[in-house]
Amino acid sequence: MTMRPIGDDDLQGLVDERLEASRRREVETYLDDHPEARMRVARMVGLREEMRAAFAPVAAEPVPARLNLARIVEARRRPARPAWQAMAAGLLLLIGGAGGWGLREVVSPVPTGIEALAQSASMNYAVYAPDHTRPVELAAANRDELAGWFSARLKRPVGVPDLSGSGYRLMGGRLVATPQGPAGLLMYDDGHGARFVMLMRPMHVPGDAPMRPHTTETSSGYAWAQDGLGYSLVGAADDSVLHPLADAVRRATAKSL
Amino acid sequence: MTDMMRLIEPLIPALRRYARALLRNPTDADDLVQDCLERAVGRWHQRQADGDARTWLFAILHNLAVTQMRQRVRRGAHMPIEDTAEANLAVAPTQESGLRHRDLMTALDALPEEQRSVLLLVTVEGLSYAETADILAIPTGTVMSRLSRARDRMIQLMDGTDAAVPAKRPLLRRVK
Repeated sequence: MTMRPIGDDDLQGLVDERLEASRRREVETYLDDHPEARMRVARMVGLREEMRAAFAPVAAEPVPARLNLARIVEARRRPARPAWQAMAAGLLLLIGGAGGWGLREVVSPVPTGIEALAQSASMNYAVYAPDHTRPVELAAANRDELAGWFSARLKRPVGVPDLSGSGYRLMGGRLVATPQGPAGLLMYDDGHGARFVMLMRPMHVPGDAPMRPHTTETSSGYAWAQDGLGYSLVGAADDSVLHPLADAVRRATAKSL
Repeated sequence: MTDMMRLIEPLIPALRRYARALLRNPTDADDLVQDCLERAVGRWHQRQADGDARTWLFAILHNLAVTQMRQRVRRGAHMPIEDTAEANLAVAPTQESGLRHRDLMTALDALPEEQRSVLLLVTVEGLSYAETADILAIPTGTVMSRLSRARDRMIQLMDGTDAAVPAKRPLLRRVK
């Protein structure tokens, strides 16, 4: 009889009761001959039951009033404050931020090169990614216009990478200011509410710079340079998500140039 | 709108359970669920109509939780398990099961975040491997390997079967 060898995935599948009946029988037969594997499976089933029992009381609790969905929907219908107030608050924030920016040289050395690029990207992520009103200025539908705008202002051809292959949708972009001049900012989302931004601007030094990670209190990113154009991808995701995505961007931009 | 209510509302207890299992503190967990529900209501129209509401909601919640846990780590905020486990989970009828429960929580805390979420989604939430992969935006093969490692590690920590781990007190937190 030829049978697919039993692997660890089969044992996990048995524990989670996800195996088809025929496969399940094969795994059971295997366990009859392998008492130590049978013990491990039994312990894993025990763990599953312990974990379920430990957290079951939470789901049985009455849902607190503030998590009442009808209330949340109702609260969204009534905006908390008029738009002009939000704008005024934004302006104050901007002034405060500019004051802080003026102080930066006193406090810390001015970053240069890739480090400066990474800092600009993180700052722009912090400002635009949480924005509900207008996260991007030009929507994804104007992709060509966006590429044209960036290319004109960055004075070199700049592409807008398509990351739909990695599961990320282009939301759009905008031109932003950095201490080194204009930069293009693109924003992507994963359809589940997680946003990423990518900042692109010409570097003073031509050529390539290797990819390196950077983090702030609320975000992390990867920055690199390719043919004199600097890139930094920033998000609040795990490095295990960001790194492959940054690689995908680098591949996409290498192709488009 | 009624469609949204009908699909989201029954999932709230499970969302609370997952948030509580990740964050432990009941207030923080419910804050997170509230944030998640607000986003879900605001973005309901952006969701793919044929997509599964459960994986969509869990993904939103998970992403918010990861962001918050990272901020917590950076700020160095820390909640002693001794003060919280029993009170928060309201399970401790006998001394014996109380200790067992504490060991379980401690072992769970000792798992890397990426293994912990896989283990919780599969075992406690009863989600399929494919759904879990979808929520965490990782391949199914990665779900399987993290699940296997998480289970072995939990058992090792709880039963003290690893020679390197003392049987009775595998309770010290590791500083990464």
